[in-house]
Amino acid sequence: MIQTLLDFDLRVLAPELVIVAAAALLTIVDLLLKETVSRKWIGILGLLAVLVAGIFVGLGWGHEPYQILGDSYRIDDFSLAFKAILLFGTALVLLFSLSDKDTEKLEAESEYYSLLLTALLGAMIMVSSAELITLFVGLELLSLSSYILVGIRRKRADSAEAAWKYVVLGSVSSAFILYGMSFLYGLTGTTHLFEIQQHVAEIAGTDYQAFLYLSFFLMIVGFGFKISSAPFHTWAPDVYQGAATPVTIFLAVVSKVAAFAFVVRIVLIAFIPLVTTGVWNEVISWSFMLVAALSMIVGNTVALRQKDTKRLMAYSSIAHAGYMLVPPATMGFVGFDLFPSLVFYLVAYLCMTLGAFVVIEIVARRAGTYDMNAFAGLYQRSPSLALIMTFFLLSLAGLPVTAGFIGKFYILMSAIASTHYWLAAIMIATTVISYYYYFGFARQMYFRKAEDSQKIAVSWPTVAVVGMAVLGTILLGIIPDFFLQAFGQLDWVSGFSQAANSLGY
Amino acid sequence: MSWINWLPALVTFFPLLGVAVLLFLPREKTGLHRFWGIMATLPSLFFALYMYLHFDQGFKGLQWFQSVIWFQIPILQGEPWTFHYSMGVDGLSLPLIVLTTIVSTLAAVASLYIRQATKGYYQLLLLLETGMIGVFAAANLFLFFIFFEITLIVTFFLIGKWGFLGKVKAANRFLLYNGLGSGFLLFAMVALMIMFGSLEYSDLESRMGQVMGQLALLPPQIETTLWAVFIALMIAFSIKLPVFPFHSWMLRTHVEAPTPVVMIHSGVLLKMGAYGFMRFGVGLFPEQMKEIAVLIAILGLINILYGALLAIVQRELKSVLAYSSISHMGIILFGLASLNAAGLKGVMFQAVSHGLISALLFFLVGCMYERTRTTELDDLGGLAKSMPVFSGIFLVGIMALLGLPGLSGFISEFLSYLGLFQNYPVIASIGALGLIFTVVYALRALLKTTFGPIHERYRLLNDLNVNESVPMMVLVALIVLIGVYPDSLGAPMQVTLDLIVSRIGG
Repeated sequence: MIQTLLDFDLRVLAPELVIVAAAALLTIVDLLLKETVSRKWIGILGLLAVLVAGIFVGLGWGHEPYQILGDSYRIDDFSLAFKAILLFGTALVLLFSLSDKDTEKLEAESEYYSLLLTALLGAMIMVSSAELITLFVGLELLSLSSYILVGIRRKRADSAEAAWKYVVLGSVSSAFILYGMSFLYGLTGTTHLFEIQQHVAEIAGTDYQAFLYLSFFLMIVGFGFKISSAPFHTWAPDVYQGAATPVTIFLAVVSKVAAFAFVVRIVLIAFIPLVTTGVWNEVISWSFMLVAALSMIVGNTVALRQKDTKRLMAYSSIAHAGYMLVPPATMGFVGFDLFPSLVFYLVAYLCMTLGAFVVIEIVARRAGTYDMNAFAGLYQRSPSLALIMTFFLLSLAGLPVTAGFIGKFYILMSAIASTHYWLAAIMIATTVISYYYYFGFARQMYFRKAEDSQKIAVSWPTVAVVGMAVLGTILLGIIPDFFLQAFGQLDWVSGFSQAANSLGY
Repeated sequence: MSWINWLPALVTFFPLLGVAVLLFLPREKTGLHRFWGIMATLPSLFFALYMYLHFDQGFKGLQWFQSVIWFQIPILQGEPWTFHYSMGVDGLSLPLIVLTTIVSTLAAVASLYIRQATKGYYQLLLLLETGMIGVFAAANLFLFFIFFEITLIVTFFLIGKWGFLGKVKAANRFLLYNGLGSGFLLFAMVALMIMFGSLEYSDLESRMGQVMGQLALLPPQIETTLWAVFIALMIAFSIKLPVFPFHSWMLRTHVEAPTPVVMIHSGVLLKMGAYGFMRFGVGLFPEQMKEIAVLIAILGLINILYGALLAIVQRELKSVLAYSSISHMGIILFGLASLNAAGLKGVMFQAVSHGLISALLFFLVGCMYERTRTTELDDLGGLAKSMPVFSGIFLVGIMALLGLPGLSGFISEFLSYLGLFQNYPVIASIGALGLIFTVVYALRALLKTTFGPIHERYRLLNDLNVNESVPMMVLVALIVLIGVYPDSLGAPMQVTLDLIVSRIGG
């Protein structure tokens, strides 16, 4: 049977289509609704769309890898797993936004919800595509939506500053990625990752190899920005601080997860032939390790001096980007074993970072300041909130019995198994340093007297968000087996080989 | 596997029941908190004593052993890495479990001067007990590490919230130093896991034996890695014990932490270092241990002399006791360095005996502080007149500290020195000076507090009341029991120690 480009089963695109439809619908509904009607309904509609997309992702499991549109877009275990994480993260962000009473954000509430969905759509395209242009389109959709989301509180100076910074630096990083991609295209004459792979195998070892490195380094600069790893992290503290907290969570969690999938996809398909020539270990692996080590060191040491909780969490997320770069960095040495550890840590990171941000927002809103002092005496005022925050902090610090501990242990295993003792040493040492600032919250919550003695009221959607995050943090720490087995059984490698229905090249 | 194999789990996790009960009590009912706080430590104490009485002294290996697969990490080639939940008790862990339960119960009783936020306090205290028992009852390194970390986190909160003036600083320092130690332990753990594919004590021991047996045939990296692991373990436990250059956190903790926490800290938490040295140092790496025995002996010497000399010049009672702890931990190092039956027995005796003695002394100091509101030696004096019972017990405690025959301190010091004399007579002889210094600082502390002219303001002080003196008498009784009948402590650990010694000799 002759296949044409558009001859495919549309059902595989169901999650994306649901999100597209919802984003469009939300915009139209906003225009039709009267001014007096609460925009909360739009948010609820968005949340529903995310849940429906999640169901479709759930139904998509267990099939052979499937490609559409001439191998430029693929549905495999790798992309489905990442989509599940993205949808889960976005659902929690939406749920939290529903109870967020940020008056300035509320001015553009319906735009806020539709932009969240378009950003999510961009992220989903990123994790699913196997072609440079499609990847870039996904990336830009995510980036452009995020630029607006950061600046959505348009009357606030810090929000505007953050948005401005994010736009300028984000565009520069996109330019870097595009420039790197252009070298890849120039060398191989194609934008399809699998075709690039074949050409790279030919190029490896020839004089043109230098351009391959150039392309890789340019892209690493861009990716480094997107995942906020040092030395490309400078935007993160300002943007995290200036953006409304739900947006910050989206950037710190969803955007970062998508960027990780992006890195892994490009590097593991396009550059994998270099493994056989040994170049991988000398260049690619080392540059990852260098970025990882720098992120851990910079993130964890600069965080020590932060007084603002959101800035502190920004540096913390830089440090966590460093931890998460360890599995990709060391994978050339232990085979394809990186996915379960990376994905496990991403899920753990999602739960604990999201949870911590939400608690910070609850406390800061009450106190009217994001300063660390807002946490003073929280244990006396709201013991359960303090206790929950403690779990997130323990997890972020990588202490048992939480998700963060198992995740970090797993990553550490890959570093030590590949005999990168120096990387393991940096990871352990910076983790110990991080105790100081994570426990800084604990010092405020438990050891200081409260100025405000009233209990903090928390609305039920927020309770649900925090509850899910804390449940995830604890369950991943106590019964990790469930998740480890689930992640272990997924056919990760299939994400990096040609699909069965591929047109063949 | 019968129900009786649940015993270590029961001992370990029973205090958690108390944590749950306390959760539902109203915040203001301090009396109820105290009652449940103390009650919740009793089942563990009971089960620990049951274990002590029913311990099979001739059995080699772990008793009441229970092992369940906890989680597995799938890897591409070969068997998945399996992590077990395993608990069991042998001659090394039994005495320390009993010690932990006793000290925990007494610390709960001694917490009567904790007046604020008692609910949270007792919850943390019970959680700490679970952590400590778990450290000793764990039968694999992973579980050991997890319990080890739990004690660290909980102690941080106990010091930082209920301590004295410089509590937050002390808590921070405690956290960072011990966090560093855990970091080394974590590294060692992961490396062992990758090398041997299991963290069970029994697997580690057998596979370690195999590797050491054919070390000459294996690539040299293996030996390097083994050394790296060994040194990481040594540093981790040196920080905990603490050994000389790593000791500064412990001084602050002893001075700033609330009395019951210091009782536990000095009585049990430091002994986790000694236990680690025995279990993972001597027990797992006998060959490497032999090669650094001289170094350990010298470090022990430094600990003994440095601690004792500085204890002599301290002007504050808690600092005297803190430095004295450093000095006494040096004796543990002496016993370790000897690597023979007597010395290793000395280590275990010293761990238990010093645990009891320091718990007693810190309890006494705490009770005294509640009355005198000072621990400065220059401000104290003549308390024997107004507080005869206190002074009497203090006298016994000090005598045990300086190693008076008939009390537990004597046996443990005697055994450790005896062990070391067989191998390193010179170092042991110099170390014997420490005994003299100990007498000096111990008697100085005693004289400055209880003897001499009494200050006017101390004339009307109340003597110890019953709920203070009874726990103290229990400790005194145990100290005397071990002193006159050492076999009560020595017999259960004999087989395990013989096993370790045979491995060293072989």
